[in-house]
Amino acid sequence: MAERFDAIVVGAGPSGNTAAYLMAKAGMKVLQLERGEYPGSKNVQGAILYVDALEAVIPNCRKQAPLERAVIEQRIWLMDDRSHVGSHFRGATDPDEQPTRYTVIRANLDKWFSKKVQDAGALLICETTVVELLKEGDRVVGVRTDRANGDIRADVVVLADGVNSLVATQSGLRPPIQGKDVALAVKEMHFLPKATIEERFNVSGDNGVVIEMLGKITKGMVGTGFLYTNKESISVGVGCMVDDFRKMRVTPYQLLEEMKQHPSVKPLIAGSEVKEYSAHLIPEGGYNAIPLVHGDGWVICGDSGGFVNAVHREGSNLAMTTGRLAAETIVKLRDEGRPFTAANLKRYRKALEASFVMKDLKKYRDVPEILHGNRQFLTTYPELMSRAAHTLLKVDGVDKLTKEKQIKRDFVEKRSRFGLFGDAIKLMRALR
Amino acid sequence: MIKVEEKLFENRYRVDEGNSHVKLKDPAVCRDCETPACTWACPAACYTVAEQGGVSLSTDGCLECGTCRLVCNEHFNIDWAYPRGGYGVLYKFG
Repeated sequence: MAERFDAIVVGAGPSGNTAAYLMAKAGMKVLQLERGEYPGSKNVQGAILYVDALEAVIPNCRKQAPLERAVIEQRIWLMDDRSHVGSHFRGATDPDEQPTRYTVIRANLDKWFSKKVQDAGALLICETTVVELLKEGDRVVGVRTDRANGDIRADVVVLADGVNSLVATQSGLRPPIQGKDVALAVKEMHFLPKATIEERFNVSGDNGVVIEMLGKITKGMVGTGFLYTNKESISVGVGCMVDDFRKMRVTPYQLLEEMKQHPSVKPLIAGSEVKEYSAHLIPEGGYNAIPLVHGDGWVICGDSGGFVNAVHREGSNLAMTTGRLAAETIVKLRDEGRPFTAANLKRYRKALEASFVMKDLKKYRDVPEILHGNRQFLTTYPELMSRAAHTLLKVDGVDKLTKEKQIKRDFVEKRSRFGLFGDAIKLMRALR
Repeated sequence: MIKVEEKLFENRYRVDEGNSHVKLKDPAVCRDCETPACTWACPAACYTVAEQGGVSLSTDGCLECGTCRLVCNEHFNIDWAYPRGGYGVLYKFG
């Protein structure tokens, strides 16, 4: 292909679609390359869409996008082996408030978004894998694809090729991702009649419930389980750090099977028909794992750049925001007639620093490390909480003061006074 | 023990016959490996401990997550790439 483009976008997920859409809309000649048969065919997410980031690009997206259910209730469960202690938040704070979170099915969302990108004038070519970048010295001048005569040149390349970030790695733009910075999540799609889902979760219309699970379901590995309601299906999955799977010799689908058997989970998915099993990596290394995000002729966005806030389970919104900030930087440089040098593209890094993306990642920069070295937060505490609730709620003729003393003794026995104090400080430090 | 094959059966694939996108660089290295994490960490069970020793690999059910590449961090014996464009797993829901 001898044709030349203003910009090439590698990947048609949330960050690639956002970048391609905005650059095409600004009149740039954009080529987008996707290795799947259609956008979304290689993509996996829980999935919760934080609509704010999409609205910044497509203002009336709520009315058009294939959203599943508005999240009106969030449950957080601390799991012991056969019980859980949980917190629920349900409802809105003011009557006219619009929901900010929706469950989505990524294959549907990505296809919809891709249509917008193509309508805006970008050329999408699917079934084409980018294998490396074309470089002249340090400058990126295009991409090499797996097609015959597959070299394509452009003034700037936007890398939005997902968590494995193979293209940037193979071209020496970033170090390879590591098992300590990445989680593996496995997920199943459980189909049930709409009415059954609404009955089980006490919702109606297009409202839904999401459940995040922490604790013994992950067997001491750093990770979480999740259960999200879609219109006619439930997404059920669990994700833990890759290094933990390696060290603790746990098999991911076995972990998921056991989670599905937990007495708190099992009745919610009973009688369902499973129609898909998926696996995907999530970059959870946080701020300290973010690579160099720009250079001569290239920028990196979304999962490929490690932009995920693991603490708040946010990813696609960071992907869309980084895609938008990259595109805005590129369009502005073009308008000013400036070349896409590393020095000029530094504006992208600055825009990231000024946005919630880097602010949030910075805020939680110590969390991965702290969880890594303090497994008690994921094993001992959920067990203690569950046992405390059990002790307190069991009516068995024992007086309440004795029960409180028993609970206190349990905590001190498991963690010691000094340990409890230390854990409180650690948690506060990590989350402040 | 749950059979992962039953899970993979629900998925859609376009297999690139005779063109595996993941390879073991040197099978002898796997024979000497005492911690073949690929055999338990792969979510599609593409890697199994071979009867004659070492590890055997079948990528037909591969979910293209990249976990194997990361867990083989002692010997770096896995040559990992995405399938050719259009091939491999095709998620219906994702």
